[in-house]
Parts: sequence; structure tokens; C-alpha cells
Amino acid sequence: MTIPVEGFMYPNEVELQWSVLIVLYPFITGLVAGAFILASLERVFRVQAVKPTYRLALLTALSFLLVAPLPLQLHLGHPERSFEMYLTPHRSSAMAMFGFVYLWYLMAVLLLEIWLDYRRDIVLKSQSATGLVRFVYRVLTLGSDNISERSLWIDERLGYFITLVGIPSAFLLHGYVGFIFGSVKANPWWSSPLMPIVFIFSAMVSGIAAVMLLYMISTRLRRRAIDIRCLDKIAQYLLYTFVIDFSLEMLDLLQRIYEADESFRSLDFMVHTRLWKSQVIVQILLGTVTPIALLGLTQILKLTDAARKRIYALAGSLTVIGIFAMRWNVVIGGQLFSKSFLGYTTYKMSFATREGLLTAIVLMILPFLILWVLVKLLPPWPDADSLSVSSATPAHGTS
Amino acid sequence: MEITRRHLLLLLPSAAVAWKYVLAGTPESAPNYKLTEHWWGMLIDIPKCIGCGSCVRACAQENEVPDGYFRTWVERYHVADWKIEKPEVESPDGGKQGFPPNEESGGKNFFVPKLCNHCADSPCTQVCPVGATFVTPDGVVLVDKKYCLGCRYCVQACPYGCRFINPKTNTAEKCTLCYHRITKGLTTACCEVCPTGARQLADLKNPKDPIHEFLRTHTVQVLKPHMATGAKVFYNGMDGSVR
Repeated sequence: MTIPVEGFMYPNEVELQWSVLIVLYPFITGLVAGAFILASLERVFRVQAVKPTYRLALLTALSFLLVAPLPLQLHLGHPERSFEMYLTPHRSSAMAMFGFVYLWYLMAVLLLEIWLDYRRDIVLKSQSATGLVRFVYRVLTLGSDNISERSLWIDERLGYFITLVGIPSAFLLHGYVGFIFGSVKANPWWSSPLMPIVFIFSAMVSGIAAVMLLYMISTRLRRRAIDIRCLDKIAQYLLYTFVIDFSLEMLDLLQRIYEADESFRSLDFMVHTRLWKSQVIVQILLGTVTPIALLGLTQILKLTDAARKRIYALAGSLTVIGIFAMRWNVVIGGQLFSKSFLGYTTYKMSFATREGLLTAIVLMILPFLILWVLVKLLPPWPDADSLSVSSATPAHGTS
Repeated sequence: MEITRRHLLLLLPSAAVAWKYVLAGTPESAPNYKLTEHWWGMLIDIPKCIGCGSCVRACAQENEVPDGYFRTWVERYHVADWKIEKPEVESPDGGKQGFPPNEESGGKNFFVPKLCNHCADSPCTQVCPVGATFVTPDGVVLVDKKYCLGCRYCVQACPYGCRFINPKTNTAEKCTLCYHRITKGLTTACCEVCPTGARQLADLKNPKDPIHEFLRTHTVQVLKPHMATGAKVFYNGMDGSVR
């Protein structure tokens, strides 16, 4: 397969090294971090309005986190050696810590917090259910079936503490992903100290938007009324975070334009040609400016509940698309130009290959399947109609 | 066929001549090679390069480099008058088969051979998540292909575009400075075949190596010095337009 090249590329640069799967990696970890931050709003910052989404946000984060290493694993030339990163990590490598950061976030933060939050429900279910379901819940209790008031109080305090630790961990998880790109000095498209910060804020934006959409869809599927107060609050936080995110990205752009260093002409040409649609049209106009304007309108105008819901749905969808485009432009865009700044190559995405479009689509469907299973197993709904054990209310949780 | 005494007498002189050629291609034994006594680099004398591509072919043959990938390659530059920031560069098939006649008139033309710079502070070594890429005590950047994950981070980190993923092994690959040869007292394949001596292996720790005299008496540069990688491939007569 001949790859179209314009100008001069170093001969080994023509073929792109990181494919659409590596686009998914920051996109998915971003959703994880963002969803967790939204959950922590209620838990730590006591924003009661977003309570209906608390558990859903946690389960969303877990579903995506479980899938996060898969695109990396599929991308490796030797996936069977990936465990070496745990056994003999090279300490100077920005990538070497991924496994540890991932495990920390999965084991010490998310799983623990979800378990503590659901423990009472799990114990009650393990007593009331029958057959295989009973066995599953018994396993999930991990042998701890004490749900006395004192015990639940300890769960609550411990859960609060874990969320406290979880917030910087979420920042670490995605800031770290940003650092993997931002620290590559050979690549001026990536190399920026702002990269980790931009990644963190864009993660929050995408996670908040995704949970907002999931809340709207799931509530509609359950034929329940959407808590508009909750939605208003989430949309408000989405707007604030988005404004910060966009400002940071524009700051980076402004700096590049004003400095106009040796790479600028080359990168500028790339944005005006190969990245025009994905960056200027999709990421900036459709995926950033439009949702910010829409969300801004809901703050200024007095709109009906129905109108606001529609606007939130549209803004949320555009936001998720825009953040995906941002990941695409970072990962793919960073490989389209030559490090000689004299030419450009092309990304040819294959379809049914290990790193093709089909794999990417399956990987993006997978978290939703996991979420579906988790929701069945651990219903996150505040009204708790799916659980037959919601009579007593713990200090925190299914109220 | 039965070998008679007559046949044997005829064969022996031929075998002796053949053996002499076999010996000529055998590396001198170097049982006393000490890693810490060497610090390898290379000198590229740009005015001497004629763009014949012998080095690229020799490298590909010596190291079984797959088609379409390059451990070394040659670029042809055309710089029109004062347009030093906008050179026209080409490297058809890495310059492996040489270059077609130059149709550009005016300005200046020259060839630039490229290879791994065996950086002392190499970014590729820094980013390898498992340490499969490393700098040897004698200053050569190598890849342990039995350990490499194939994550391609090193390919991204190299500012010079010297690395690629070998499609057969699915691991990172690059110039080894013919480590299997230089540790046995031979020079690299590319230096050996260069008809003009434009490429010369240099032992920077050996005070008798002519590289020291050359560096003292010539204006020499490394590629992309602002990257601060400690590159050890030195270019004589390099134009400011070279990237």
C-alpha cells in the first residue's frame, strides 16, 4: 500500500506509528477521570443537586477504566511482554508508570469506593436473592456482611477519604496521559508543558458530558422523570470546565502563533490542510464553540425545561464528539508532519485489522456492555426501584 | 564422483586461494575488546559524498533490513540561493539506488547521509518503558529485540527519524553501528563500502584515532544541536539548511 506523501519525509516517518487505537486511549481514560470528578462533586464538595448521577458516574468510570488498557495491549508489537512494565519498569520513561497509575486508580480508588458505597446493598441482596445471583452477591460481599449502623458509618467515612484521594488520582491518571505526549521534545505538536493540564480539563469536560448524556438516556429508558435541577447543575459545571479548557487550548495556540518557531510554518500548513475538518470544523467550531454557546444560552435565557433538556442533549453530544476529535488531532495530527518540517504524510485507517476501525468500534461499544452488566448487578438509580432492599437508607448512598 | 590423487592436486591450490579470501573477510579476533576503552561515533564528510547509495545497500545487506525501511539513508538537498529555510530535499527509496540526474539549476546541491546519531543522552533510551533500548558502555545505542514491547514510543521520541518497527520481528530497529563488526575490530558496512571515504567510523576514546585531528582542524556540526541529545555523528561541511 502506497501512502501519499507531500514534500519530504524522513523515509522511516511515512508510516504512522500510533493508530486510531492510541486515539481511544486518552479518550477513554479522559472519560474515566471526568466521570470520577463529577462523582466527587457530590461526595466531597457536597453538591447535592448532582446526587442522582453519583453512582452512575462511578460505574461509568469503572466500565471505561476496565477497557482502557485494551487499545494499548492490541497496539503493542508484543502484547505478551507487556507485563514486563510491572516487573522491570524503566524509571526514566514517561510510559513506564502507566501500569502502576492504572492499577492504583482501579484497585485503590474506584473498586474500593464502589464496593464501600454498595456494600450494604450487596449484603442485603446476598441474603434475599436465590440461586446463582445469590452466589454472585455473596462473592461480592468479600466475606464482610456486617451492616450495622457503626459499620456503615465507617464505610461512609472511608469512602469519603477514598474520594479525597481519588480526586488527585483522577488528575494524576489523565495528567499523566497528557505528559506521555507533552514530554516528547522531538515533536513540537505534542511538546508543551500545558499538555497535561489541557488533558485534565478536557477529560473533565468529556466525562461530565458523557455522564450527563448517560443519565438522560438511562432515565428515559427507565421511563422516569429527569431531575432537571440535577441536569442544570451538571450543565453549569460542564460550561465552567469547558470555558477553562478552551481558554487553555487557545492560550497554547496563541503562544505558538506569536512565537512562530521553526515548526510553526509546517504545523500551520497542516492545520489549514490535513487537519482542517477534524480540528477547525469538528473540534473547535462544532465540538467546542457551539456547545459553549448553547450552554451559555441556557444560563442567560429563561428557557422551558423541555428546551433546556434538548439543548443539554445536543451540547453534550457535540462535546463528546469534539473531545474525541481533540484526541484524534493530538495523536494522529502529531504524526502527519515530518520532523524535518518539510513534508506531510497521510493516515490510512484500515478496517478489519488488529488496529483498524472495526476494532476501535468494538472497543468503544465494550464499555457500554460492561456498564449494562454493572447497572444490572449494582443498580445506581437513586429511586432504587430495581433493588428490593432499599428500605433502610445508609448515611450515604441510595437515598 | 570419486576423487583421485590427480583431482586432489588440482583442487588444493584452488582451495588455498579460496581460503585466503575467506580469511580476508573474517574479523580479526578481538578477545581483549574492552567496552570501556571505546566511545563510538561517526564522521560524515558531506563534500565527499557522491550519493551513490552504496552505504544504504551495504547496510541493508549486512543487517537484513526489510525493504522500505532504513537504518541509514541518503538525502539530496537543493538550496536555491538564499532560501536556506526552504531547501528542496529528496531521498527516493532512501537513496539506495543512487539519485536520478539533477534537474534543478542554480543554487547548490549536496548529499547528506543519515543514520542513528548514537546520542549520549538519547531520547529514545529515555522513553523506553522497559529499558529494551540502552546505551552500551562503548557508546552505541542498541535495542534488545527479545525484550522490546513494540510500543513505538522510541520511534516517536527520535528527533531524527532513525527508528522503525521491523515488520518481521514487530520490534523497534535502528542502526547498531554494525556492533557485531566494530567489536571485532572491523569498521561498519557503510564505511567499508563508501568509495570516497565520506563516512568514517570514529573511536572518540582512542587518542590515536584520526577523528581528533579532524575535529580540531575542521568546522563540524551535529544534526539538530538544539535537541541536546549528545549526538555522536559529526558532519563536516554541513549547510545550515540541513534538518
